[in-house]
Amino acid sequence: MNDGARMNGDPVATDGDKPVVLSLRGITKRFPRVIANRDIDLDVHAGDIHVLLGENGAGKSTLIAILSGVYQPDAGSIAVAGREVRIQAPRDALALGIGTVYQHLALVPTLTVIENLMLGAPWYRLPDVTGTGTRLAELAGLLGIEVDGDAPVGGLSLGQQQQIEIIKALWHGERILILDEPTSMLTPQGVRELGKMIRRLRDAGVAVILITHKLGEACEFGERISVLKLGRLVGEIGPAELAAMSREEATRRIVHLMFGARDDAPRAAAIVADAAPGAPVLEVEGIAAAGAAGEPALADITFALRPGEVFGIAGVDGNGQKRLAEAIAGQRPIDAGDIRLDGRSIAALSIAKRQAMGLRYVTDDRLGEGTVAELSIAVNLLLKRIGEPPYWRRGIAHAATIERDAAEKVAAFDVRAPGIHTRVGTLSGGNVQKALLARELSQEPRVVIYNKPTHGLDLANATALHERIREQAEAGVAAIVISNELDELLGLCGRIGVMYRGRLRGIVENGAWAEARVGALMIGVAA
Amino acid sequence: MGALLTDAFVSSLIAGMIAAGTPLLLAGLGEQISEKAGVLNIGIEGMMLVGAYVGFVAAYYAGSVWLGLIAGGLAGAALSLIMIVLCVRLGLNQIVIGIAMTLGVEGMTAMAHHVQFSRSYPRLPAVEVWALPGLADIPVIGPALFARHPMVYLAFLLVAFMAWLYRRTHVGLNLQAAGDRPAALDVAGVGVVATRSWAVLSTGFLAGLGGAYMCVVVAGLFVPFMTGGAGFIGIVLAMLSRGKPYWVLIGAMLFGISLSMTTAIQVAGIQLPTEIVQMLPFVMVIVVLVAFARHSYLPAALGRPYVRGER
Amino acid sequence: MSVETAGGAPAAAAPASRLGGLARQTALALLPLALALAAAGLILLLFGRDPLTFYANVLKRGLFSWAGLQETLIRMAPLLLLAASLIVAFRAGIWNLGIDGQFLLAAVMVAAAGPRLVTIMPIGLALAILLVLGGLVGAAWSLIPALLRAYYGVNEIITTLMMTFIGTSLGAVLVKTVFNDPSTTVPQTQVLPMIDRLPRLFGTRIHAGLIIGLVAIVLVHLVMTRTAFGLKAQIIGFNPRAARHAGLDVPRLTVAVFAFSAGLAGLAGATEILGVFGVVQNEWNPAYGMLVIPLVFVVRFHGIASIGIVAFFAMLSIGGESASRKANLPNYFLLVVVALLLIFMALTEYLSARRRQRLETWGEG
Repeated sequence: MNDGARMNGDPVATDGDKPVVLSLRGITKRFPRVIANRDIDLDVHAGDIHVLLGENGAGKSTLIAILSGVYQPDAGSIAVAGREVRIQAPRDALALGIGTVYQHLALVPTLTVIENLMLGAPWYRLPDVTGTGTRLAELAGLLGIEVDGDAPVGGLSLGQQQQIEIIKALWHGERILILDEPTSMLTPQGVRELGKMIRRLRDAGVAVILITHKLGEACEFGERISVLKLGRLVGEIGPAELAAMSREEATRRIVHLMFGARDDAPRAAAIVADAAPGAPVLEVEGIAAAGAAGEPALADITFALRPGEVFGIAGVDGNGQKRLAEAIAGQRPIDAGDIRLDGRSIAALSIAKRQAMGLRYVTDDRLGEGTVAELSIAVNLLLKRIGEPPYWRRGIAHAATIERDAAEKVAAFDVRAPGIHTRVGTLSGGNVQKALLARELSQEPRVVIYNKPTHGLDLANATALHERIREQAEAGVAAIVISNELDELLGLCGRIGVMYRGRLRGIVENGAWAEARVGALMIGVAA
Repeated sequence: MGALLTDAFVSSLIAGMIAAGTPLLLAGLGEQISEKAGVLNIGIEGMMLVGAYVGFVAAYYAGSVWLGLIAGGLAGAALSLIMIVLCVRLGLNQIVIGIAMTLGVEGMTAMAHHVQFSRSYPRLPAVEVWALPGLADIPVIGPALFARHPMVYLAFLLVAFMAWLYRRTHVGLNLQAAGDRPAALDVAGVGVVATRSWAVLSTGFLAGLGGAYMCVVVAGLFVPFMTGGAGFIGIVLAMLSRGKPYWVLIGAMLFGISLSMTTAIQVAGIQLPTEIVQMLPFVMVIVVLVAFARHSYLPAALGRPYVRGER
Repeated sequence: MSVETAGGAPAAAAPASRLGGLARQTALALLPLALALAAAGLILLLFGRDPLTFYANVLKRGLFSWAGLQETLIRMAPLLLLAASLIVAFRAGIWNLGIDGQFLLAAVMVAAAGPRLVTIMPIGLALAILLVLGGLVGAAWSLIPALLRAYYGVNEIITTLMMTFIGTSLGAVLVKTVFNDPSTTVPQTQVLPMIDRLPRLFGTRIHAGLIIGLVAIVLVHLVMTRTAFGLKAQIIGFNPRAARHAGLDVPRLTVAVFAFSAGLAGLAGATEILGVFGVVQNEWNPAYGMLVIPLVFVVRFHGIASIGIVAFFAMLSIGGESASRKANLPNYFLLVVVALLLIFMALTEYLSARRRQRLETWGEG
């Protein structure tokens, strides 16, 4: 799949052949306490696949929001096809032929595909169903896919919904298509299909701007790569240069741009050595749990963890991973099977009891479910132990004990805040994550379940977290890491289990062919 | 039982059903528009009451029923501006503002009525009916159903109009999007706040119209707090009707029948405390909610103000 | 549904904000009150009445006359209990709008059982049992909305309102039929003799219900701010998903909060009967509940603070009756003040939240 040659496979045109279709000069955008975009100059060419690469917090989302009319820049100018323009609302962006497909799909699930595509027409006109149908067929043909216009959007898969979003983005004019982190919800197969569609668009002369934080993706798809770092454009690699480099060279060059003098690629650390032999610390045996809206039920899940082992769970979002984590942690009841910690069955125990026994769960949804934003750090640090002694005695809170405990944890995990009584909602994302870790990782954890732990973190914090997981593993703490980023799992875990449609499709030993095998399992191919 | 179902009883029952059910129908259709767009309009009771009072005053001084009805509708719409500015535009808590509006209107209309009319207690003359030729001659049910004030016929036609509006126009699509996924509507270039504002304004107008009908056409006089929960019944109708206007019609008529039982039973000569019969519609609501608890349909973004860029 | 949407942020006062913030919070609470009274004064002008005379009469009767002051304190009793009831519910994000129904039915049951109970047991025991009965009736009347919300997610605003309508009608029916005292011409329950009612305090006309009210509100404040139960209720109110993540049994807690809240409302009804009226007459329905809602919002569900605003409101209520009579206005003025209070409170809350948002987030880790 990956070798030294360029991946796009066709001859590269020189810069001179492709006209500049979008031009940014000096774009600056400020928010309270942070400058999201700093003096950005960018040229986008027609018929180009232009990748905007940068880690979380580099300013990519803000730039996209400016191009699509959600935000207005504080300084700088935008020119489309040579003419200077002001994009003050999403409507203006669409009129200029700039279409954006966001990570979070904006389709109305209770309307059909055609109805969704008709949204936005003047309210006094009768809906033009035929006209819409024609245009839909036209664009579907351009992308090389089949679409049923009368299907309710809520029933489509995420990949199909993304296709509708792309069609929507191209509706008013196929000049510029912006894709914001499009592959996070897709299987490897889905990613390949997306790639095919993007190349068809490029051949038709559309300028495709691809936003990503994944290096591999950037090299795979991109013909031109612009690197963003802390709000600035720090470098660009044009098509000619990219064609001349091998994959490794391109990677190194990009890493250099992104991280300055440091030479370590993000994937440098060694995989955790195989865990100590002996009795398993966690056994999950044949568990089944009910499904919910849109998610399949869990069935027949069996695996075991040894002390100090880091076990990965891969899979496309929505195949039951989160449900599995919740079931093991005690947030969801199981309908069948058993869960044993150190040999003792815990299937009937409450979350508080499981916490006390050393089973912890770090959720991906930090502010939505992991913490209560309106309450203090001190209370949040004890969220799963409310009412338990010694913090509560006979139902009444013992403030001194609670505060002492909170102060210790805050210090140990370096949570930056004015005090332990600060409301969690005012903390930065990184500090909320630290608070979550402080809660789950203190007081002798035995098994920690992590759900997308580095999601939304900048590289410094993400690396620190990976380090912590490794350190704990060496100290004998087992970990289950659920992630949809294969790179992360391959860099951390000794074994990777793959969830597909609510079942554990197979367990892959990390090694030479792991990526391919995991990818196959993710789309349902038998192990 | 046979003695119960006399012509007089049935005729009185159906007449009462229309009289009581039409305001509920208007309130329910109105609330349905708001809820579809994602706004839980608790102030609808206040909008009905202000429509009743203003409608009464207008009909009294202008001597015209239609003017009274229209004035009532406009009053309801005017009151709804408060909800539009405070809740839809500023994002204040819809429930708190709704309760405030209802209490405020109750107090103001009661005081205003006292100040203006407590000595005279005027009544409005009986309204003219519009008998539909042929249909009004059907024995027993004919006059009750087909010899009514034209507002009734308009209300029924409105049901069909709303059904068409929701499924076959851009207005309907916009409302649905505003309630289910406002971000999609915004991205499509349609203002979510504007859409919801128009929805609430329409609700206010229809609610005011319903209140005015209750007062000017049915009762003929204004009594403080006379809407007596009709607005809340409208909310229930909207919630249970799963976004479909025909269900609002059915529900409104069912409520109308149970409300009209009071007088009909008296006509039939049965001795029963009026309160038991008055309880019936609300008991029915509870029963329906218990029976169909899983099926009440509410748009996903109901009650949550929309902020662009917030995901 | 959480009360913590842009309009009414509940009191999650952390000590860090308590120090300088106390003055600010008091000002924030008093500002809407002042604005509401001013706006209500304008409305009086609209009706051709002099607001200054009106408010002067309010104070004359409600505060500065001994008889009126006693009435004010007597009026505080049910209001305090209702405030306690709402604080319990709103802190958990539960809209218990059924308090008027819970209040009334409890009052009817207590009025019916009272005269009989006092003849068969010592007064002290009878009163205690009757108070408990009031609480139980109130709690029972919340069961259906509680279960519907806890297990089916049915919006409790509508169900509790329905139960109020049903409860009011049911109460009236019971008074007219089963509990009717045949010896009177007007439908009413049998009167509970004065000597069998709640004891008076220090030779005044104020009955022990005031003590019950004060104890209840302090107790509720302590329970909601210092116990595990109160914290769990708050978490459900702020973030139901986090509540599940924390392992809280949300349905059971919902029913428990409902029962607690409704029980207090029922207790309010019981104290009104046992302390003041001794009887329920046909169509009696003071409907205090709705009026108390904005009061607890203004003090951000802080129990101790609500005592102050309830006292002020009781004075406004008693004084307002007299002032309205003198101004030849029906006694609906209070409704208008309450409505204005809610609106101004929501507005000041919004403006203050907008200012708070400009404070930056803390620390880049």
